[in-house]
Amino acid sequence: MAKQAPVLEVQDLRTYFYTRTGVVKAVDGVSFSLMPGETLGIVGESGSGKSMTALSIMGLVPKPAGKTVGGKVLLDGEDLLQKSNSEMRQIRGRKICMILQDPMTSLNPVYTVGNQLIETLRMREDARGHGLKERAIDLLSKVKIASPETRIGNYPHQMSGGMRQRVVGAIAISGSPKVLIADEATTSLDATIQYQYLQLLRELQKDTGLSIIFITHDFGIVAKMCDRVAVMYAGKMVEFAPVRDLFNKPSHPYTEALMRSVPNVDEEVDKLYAIEGQPPALDKLPVGCPFAPRCPYVFDRCLHEYPTSVTVGENHHAHCWKLI
Amino acid sequence: MSQNGAATSAVISVENAQKYFPVSKGVVVRTTIGHVKAVDGVSFEIKQGETFSLVGESGCGKTTTARMILQVEKPTAGIIKFQGNDLATLRSEQYREYRASVQAVFQDPWSSLNPRMRVGSIIMEPLLTNRKLSKGEAKEKLESLLEEVGLHSFQGDYYPHEFSGGQRQRIAIARALSLQPKLIVLDEPVSALDVSIRAQIMNLLRDLQERYGVAYLLIAHNLATVRYMSHNVGVMYLGKIVETAPTHELFTNPMHPYTKALISAALPSHPDIQREDIVLSGEIPSPLNPPSGCAFHPRCPFVLDRCSKELPVLKELKPQHEVSCHLY
Ligand SMILES: Nc1ncnc2c1ncn2[C@@H]1O[C@H](COP(=O)(O)OP(=O)(O)OP(=O)(O)O)[C@@H](O)[C@H]1O
Ligand code: SF4
Ligand code: SF4
Ligand SMILES: [Mg+2]
Repeated sequence: MAKQAPVLEVQDLRTYFYTRTGVVKAVDGVSFSLMPGETLGIVGESGSGKSMTALSIMGLVPKPAGKTVGGKVLLDGEDLLQKSNSEMRQIRGRKICMILQDPMTSLNPVYTVGNQLIETLRMREDARGHGLKERAIDLLSKVKIASPETRIGNYPHQMSGGMRQRVVGAIAISGSPKVLIADEATTSLDATIQYQYLQLLRELQKDTGLSIIFITHDFGIVAKMCDRVAVMYAGKMVEFAPVRDLFNKPSHPYTEALMRSVPNVDEEVDKLYAIEGQPPALDKLPVGCPFAPRCPYVFDRCLHEYPTSVTVGENHHAHCWKLI
Repeated sequence: MSQNGAATSAVISVENAQKYFPVSKGVVVRTTIGHVKAVDGVSFEIKQGETFSLVGESGCGKTTTARMILQVEKPTAGIIKFQGNDLATLRSEQYREYRASVQAVFQDPWSSLNPRMRVGSIIMEPLLTNRKLSKGEAKEKLESLLEEVGLHSFQGDYYPHEFSGGQRQRIAIARALSLQPKLIVLDEPVSALDVSIRAQIMNLLRDLQERYGVAYLLIAHNLATVRYMSHNVGVMYLGKIVETAPTHELFTNPMHPYTKALISAALPSHPDIQREDIVLSGEIPSPLNPPSGCAFHPRCPFVLDRCSKELPVLKELKPQHEVSCHLY
C-alpha cells in the first residue's frame, strides 16, 4: 500500500496565556499527525493542555488572554493558523468539528433540535427550504435517535443527556467533516449510554472514513477506541505509541505510574500505586523535566535539561532521560 | 441474612426502605399528580469494617438511599437500623450519637467546605460541638487527624482555597473521621479528582478502614473504583436493588441482565479485552412512570412474556448472591 498523507499535521504548536502571575504555557511545543480514518487518543490530567490543544487547532483559543504564538496546523496541507476568522468559520463544521462534554453548550435551548439542524444545513450548503427537513430527520436517524420524525420537534430540555449528545453528534457530522475532535464527549453520560455513543461513533467512522481525536483522562476510552495515543503532561506530549504498545510497555515514568494508579474493572488489584504530589502549575514550571518532582527515577540530568525524544519501539517515542 | 441473629455485626441495616416524592402540578392550588418512586423497597446491611457499594445509572436512587441513612430524607416506608436499633425508636440522646456515628464525604470538595473557615476550625467544629473537648484536647486531636489524612499540622491554619482538590478531599475525610464514626457515606468521593490523585484518596480510605474498622457506603458509577473498594455490591435499577453479591462474585458471575449490560459497557482495562456485547435498547425510563412488571423489561435483551406482567423478587441463587429476574 502506498503511504498515505496525514489529514492533519500539527507542528510545534504553542498556545500561551498571559496572566498577572506570569505566562501560562498551556500548549508548549505539541506535534503530531493524524491519518485518514485513524483514531488518536490524547490522554492526560486536568490542566495538562488537552483542550487548549484542540481549541488551538480549531482557532478557538479564548481571547485576549490566550494566544497561539507558534507552530503550524496543517489540514490537508493548508495551515489553519494562517486563515482569517471568516475562512475559519467555513472550515469549522465542514472540514473539522468538535464535540464537547456538555451538549448544552453546543445547543440553543430556545430552538427545537430540528430548527438547529436545519439552520446548520442551510448555512453550510446555501440550500433552500425543501428537502432540508428530510435531511435533518435522516441525520437524527444516522445517530440512532428513535422516531426522528417526532424528535425533530423537541427542544433540547425535552431530551435526555445521551440524546442531546447524539444531536450534537448529528450537527457535527452534518457537514461531512474529515476530522472530529471529541473532548471528553462521553464523560457525563451514564455507562450504558456512553457505550452506545462510542459504538455509534465507531460506526460513523467506518461509514465515512472520518479521523477522530479523542481527548480524555480515561485510559478505558483509549483502550476501547484508539489506534494511537499521545500522553500529555504540563503542556507537552511526553509519550506517543500505538495503543497496544502503550498498554503493554508504557515507557515514560508518568505513563507507567498513571497506568498503575487506575483501578481495574477486569481483575482485583491488591494495592494501587499512588503518584505523589500533583501536576505543576504551568506558570511555574520547573527547569528540566516537568515530571521530575514526582518521578521515582529522577536523577541529576532531569533537573537541568528537558528530555529529548527517545525511540523505544516502532512508532513509539517518549521524552525521558532514563530511556537513553 | 445474618446467621447469628442479635449478635450480628451489621453497623447499619436497611429493610425495605422506600422514598416516594410527590409530583405536583399548579401554582396556586398544588395538586399531587403522582409519585416518583426514587427508592422502592431497598434492603441491605453493612458490617463493621466493610464497604458496600451501590452502583447504577443516574436517577436510580443511590443518593436518595444514602440521604435516608444520613437522615436528610425521611423514608416513606421501611426500617433503618443502627447497630440493631430502629432509628425511628431512638431516644434523643441515642439519636445524637447516631448522627455523630454516621458521616459523609461528597463528590465536590469545593462546595462541601466553608470557604471562610480555616481548615482547622472546619475539622474541629464537630469535635467542639459534639464532644465536650477542651480547646487544647481538640487541637491535639486536630494535629493527629491532619497527619492521619496526609496533611501537615501547620496546614490547619490555611483556608480551603489554598488547597488542591485532592487535599480538600483529605480535609473532608479528616472532618468526617473526627467523631470516630462507625459508618461513612462516600458519594462519588473521587470522581471529581485528577486521575493521579484518585489512587491517593482511595488508598487513604482503605487504610483508614483497616485501621479503624469504619464501614463505608460507597456510591460510584465507575465500576473499576467499586471493584477496588468494596466487599459487597448492590446493583440498582429504577429504585430497586436487582442484584447483590460479594464483589468478586458479582464481577465474575453477574446474573441479572442489567448487571451484565453494565459490566459489558465498562470500559476495558486493555485494548485486547473483548467483552460480550450486550446492547441495551432505549434510554433509562422515568421513575415517575416505571414500566410494569420488571422495570428493566423494555430494555432487556432476554425479556420473557411474563416480564411485563409480573414483578420479579430478589432470590438467593448462591450463598449471598441475590438476583431479581424471571430467568432464574
Ligand atoms: N483563560 C485562561 N487564563 C489562564 N490560563 C488558562 C486559561 N484557560 C486555560 N488556562 C490554562 O491552560 C492550561 C491547559 O488547560 P486545558 O483546558 O487545555 O487543560 P485540559 O488538559 O483540557 O484539562 P481538563 O482535563 O481539566 O479538561 C491549564 O493549566 C489552564 O489553567
Ligand atoms: S526525565 Fe527524569 S524525571 Fe523526567 S520522567 Fe524521565 S527519569 Fe523521570
Ligand atoms: S425479569 Fe425479564 S425483563 Fe427483567 S431482567 Fe429478567 S429477563 Fe429481563
Ligand atoms: Mg479539557
